[in-house]
Amino acid sequence: MTVDSYLPAGMPAPVPSGDDLDLAYWEGTRRGELLVQRCDGCGTWQWGPEWLCHRCQSFDMQWQQIAGNGLIYSWERPWHPVHPALRGMGPYTVVLVEMPLAGKIRMLGNLLGPADQEVVIGAAVEAVFEPHDDADIPYTLVQWRLTN
Amino acid sequence: MSRRSIRGKVAVAGIGETTYYKHGKSPDAEFALALQAILRACEDAGIKPREVDGFASYSNDRSDPSRIAAALGIPDLRFSNMQWGGGGGGVAAAVANGAAAVAAGYADCVVVFRALAQGQFRRFGEAMPDPQVSGDAAYMAPYGVMSPAQKYGMRATRFMHDHGVDHSVLRAIAMASYQHAQSNPRAVMYGRPLDAETYDTSRWIVEPINRLFDCCQENDGAAALILVSAERARDLRQTPAYLLGAAQGSDHRCGAPVMNASNFGSSSFATVAPRLYEMAGVSPGDIDVVQSYENFTTGVMMAVVEHGFCAPAEANEFFTLENLTAPAGRMPLNTSGGNLAECYMHGLGLQLEAVRQIRGQSCNQVPNVKLAMNIAGPMVTPVSSLIMGSEETLS
Repeated sequence: MTVDSYLPAGMPAPVPSGDDLDLAYWEGTRRGELLVQRCDGCGTWQWGPEWLCHRCQSFDMQWQQIAGNGLIYSWERPWHPVHPALRGMGPYTVVLVEMPLAGKIRMLGNLLGPADQEVVIGAAVEAVFEPHDDADIPYTLVQWRLTN
Repeated sequence: MSRRSIRGKVAVAGIGETTYYKHGKSPDAEFALALQAILRACEDAGIKPREVDGFASYSNDRSDPSRIAAALGIPDLRFSNMQWGGGGGGVAAAVANGAAAVAAGYADCVVVFRALAQGQFRRFGEAMPDPQVSGDAAYMAPYGVMSPAQKYGMRATRFMHDHGVDHSVLRAIAMASYQHAQSNPRAVMYGRPLDAETYDTSRWIVEPINRLFDCCQENDGAAALILVSAERARDLRQTPAYLLGAAQGSDHRCGAPVMNASNFGSSSFATVAPRLYEMAGVSPGDIDVVQSYENFTTGVMMAVVEHGFCAPAEANEFFTLENLTAPAGRMPLNTSGGNLAECYMHGLGLQLEAVRQIRGQSCNQVPNVKLAMNIAGPMVTPVSSLIMGSEETLS
């Protein structure tokens, strides 16, 4: 499921890190797949990406596709625009989402919907994909919407 | 092996600061501000500038110690130190690092300084309009999470949710700083009091935690303090403020990318504060006055709680204007006006204020201060904090 851009054009565009640590994640989102790290040695889920497992120090980190079902762990609604692209648009909502089916790792994105909607910690959300095909280096963001 | 500790070995002998300006209003270059603050600290201590032989700072201060040493004509530069980490988490650690150098014999007279002219360089509260971002920023900036208020708001929201903390707590912290600033002529907000209605009706910077007055200022200026051995400090002109303990760091995976710290709803002091008290040999109830770095009032609240001054569930009763104001409050807080209302000197102004409280020289003096705490840069990593004491705390 893909959606239109939540924030205005001109926001900073994500690119994979120069050492390719997170290349698989960004390639996955282009295909509409949510990939995160899981240790091949001990099964620990890990986010954000790192070269080794924080639990067992194994370097055998795999990329595993997960279902985009999570719970709102924290949230905020910036009103003051700190980037030129945000000036004049008003408040927007950001959620930190805990993934219960993937070791409770947390992922971040915007909560789609009206800017004045009530946000409840613990509410169920699901990932949707926001493609930016016209960017210099095309990318896709993962966004969140309340689960019906 | 005896217990290793900095306790009682090093003292602050001098403090100095420039005029504090609103951002962009300094008539002097940032490097000149640094030199002015250092010279004033030397004068305060009664130390010749050429006796200084070491420098410590934090947050990638732009004023290079070798250039300072050349500018001041220092004959033998013996110690230069930069504390890792951005933000204000390194303030107390910079003092601790300088003190460690004195205690170890690397240097005899170390200046801890910070100079900022946000008008001449990038402002902290404004995002760089980089067209492309990678690493941790790639998971935040495209969603509009760029400034410190936005990066740390998530931690504060979660803490307040977990513990049922009211916004009245944040208002009390802001109003205490502004009230103290009204008797501090150095303060940028001197003559500009803050009442509850103005606070309550101020605009959101980041809902539901940061209104305008919950956020630090952005300023131009510089501050410096001078560390010497305890023995030498006793022969100088000012009452020594002895370092009793210091700690820095953060707990399990605090710096994990994309906000995956294990203890997320936290100011990062969970393991740091116990180490501080253990080294200093005191308890929260012994502390007479607290200077706690305000990046945001939420950070102050969380850091004070994590230093054991009240339980999280007691925060709504503990953080009142009456409790937080000098001279008679239960825990006088940020008695110079701090980063909110004196000057955002990246927290070093708060260190100078702790020294004034030990000396009995504050504009908002708490009676008979023996122990002063300083907490630096809540919510970042690494964070740091320290305890200073008067002569009688050494016995």
